[in-house]
Amino acid sequence: MYLAKIKVTLKKSILDPQGKAVEHSIQSLGYKNVEDTRIGKYIELKINASSEEEAEKIAEEVSDKLLANPVMEDYEIEIVSLNPSSNGSSSKIHAGKVH
Amino acid sequence: MSKAKFGIIVFPGSNCDHDAYHALKHVLNQDVEFLWHKDSTIGDRNVIVIPGGFSYGDYLRCGAIARFSNIMKDVVRFANNGGIVTGICNGFQIVCEAGLLPGALLRNANLKFVCKNVTLNVENKKTIFTSAFNGSVNKGKIVIPIAHSDGNYICDEETLKELEDNNRIVFRYVECPNGALNSIAGIVNKKGNVLGMMPHPERASEDIVGSHDGRYVFESIIQSLN
Repeated sequence: MYLAKIKVTLKKSILDPQGKAVEHSIQSLGYKNVEDTRIGKYIELKINASSEEEAEKIAEEVSDKLLANPVMEDYEIEIVSLNPSSNGSSSKIHAGKVH
Repeated sequence: MSKAKFGIIVFPGSNCDHDAYHALKHVLNQDVEFLWHKDSTIGDRNVIVIPGGFSYGDYLRCGAIARFSNIMKDVVRFANNGGIVTGICNGFQIVCEAGLLPGALLRNANLKFVCKNVTLNVENKKTIFTSAFNGSVNKGKIVIPIAHSDGNYICDEETLKELEDNNRIVFRYVECPNGALNSIAGIVNKKGNVLGMMPHPERASEDIVGSHDGRYVFESIIQSLN
């Protein structure tokens, strides 16, 4: 069993007005050194797969088809093995395709 | 030649389905039926209206879940065969998610839910959705309400150029209320049989509600089938 941790964010090229609004609040708290606030979604999936590669492939397909809209979002996948014998994790950043 | 038979898709969370039904049935005296999202076919309907609302609670992204509902498979098949599909507000978001129209609708630039009458320019009166907007409609400017949080249309530069060059931007805001690229309020697909628009024509079909300009969208469709 693998755990896929998926982060979906607006593409860097797209203005994130929600992030901007939150950043204004952060700055009004006095943290003038905070910048480039971006807001996104965090999604976890448990995947019953025979290998980390297979789990990653499934997470990627699900992200492409549903979790992220490639017109406006990028996603990042981290796969963590939940198998008792393993303690490894790997992560990979996927850039959304524009179409 | 066939008579218009409207089908209005109802998803959990649709809330403009009855407005559309009222405009089509009681104002325009048309043959209208609701189609439930679990249905597998649109039956004998030859015009599909995907109404506004909050299908599936806007979970994940507006329109993202509705796109995978049972009936949408048949709607996509119908649209790809040249069938007439109109996506209004949430319906616009759904047809974009379903790939029937390019681009996507982002959160409004000012982060606010905007609910008001807006003035639109009818940019292309030669589509099956706009042919009834003749010159007498206040010089091509019409008043139709909007009510949305996510109407900020975006697409890549290449798509934008294609939309502009081929007159596929059908409605444009006179004053952009949401940050949409080039003030886009509504577009059609390449073949011209799928319309997506954020403003609500069904809510502007009688003078008693402040405007009847939206009625011409439906009248255009009806005329195109007669």
